[in-house]
Amino acid sequence: MRWRWFLGGAMDEFLLSAATFVLLMVALGLVRVARGPGYADRMMAAQLLGTGGIGALLLVGAAVGEAAVVDVALTLALLAAFTSIAFVKYMAHEDRPPGVDEDSA
Amino acid sequence: MDRLLDLFSIVAIVSGAFFFLAGSVGLLRFPDAYTRLHALTKADNLGLALVVIGLLPQVDGVLAGLKLVVVWLLVLLSGAAVSQLIARAARRREKQT
Repeated sequence: MRWRWFLGGAMDEFLLSAATFVLLMVALGLVRVARGPGYADRMMAAQLLGTGGIGALLLVGAAVGEAAVVDVALTLALLAAFTSIAFVKYMAHEDRPPGVDEDSA
Repeated sequence: MDRLLDLFSIVAIVSGAFFFLAGSVGLLRFPDAYTRLHALTKADNLGLALVVIGLLPQVDGVLAGLKLVVVWLLVLLSGAAVSQLIARAARRREKQT
C-alpha cells in the first residue's frame, strides 16, 4: 500500500511537503499585491503571508524537532498584527481632511 | 496508536492546507474587497487551526502543544480585529469615490 510510506516513520517528509505547499499557496496569493486595485486588497494578501508564514513555520518546526521555531512563529504573529494596525492608522490619516489635527480625529 | 495519531495528523494538516489553497484562490478570484476578506479569514482561522490541531499529536509535551494553541489564538484574535478594521478602511475609501 502506497500510503504506508507516510505512516512508516516518514512523517517529517510529509510535514515539510505540507509547509512547502502552504508557502506556495501564499506566494500565489501575493499576486493580489501586484494587482491591487485598492490598498485594502494588498494588505489582505500581506496578512495571508503572515498567517501562511506562521503555518509553514509551525510545520517546519515540528518536522525538524526544533522548539524555538514556535517562538519565531509567535513573533511573526505579533508583527503581522502590528503591520495591519499600522496600515489602518495610515489609512485613517490619509482620509482625514487637511487642517484637522491629530487629537480631534 | 501511534499510526492512528499520525493518520489523524495527516488528515488534519491536509485539510488545513486545502483551506490555505481556498484562501489564495478566493483572494485572487473574488470580485471585491469584502468577498476577498471572507476568503482570507477562512485561510486565517480554519487553515491555521487545522494545521495546529494536526501538529498537536506530533509535538512532545503538553507545554509545546499549549504553545501551538497560543499561537493560533493570537492569530485568531488579531485576525478578527484586523479584518474588521480593514473592511472599515475599504468601506470609507469606497464612500469617498
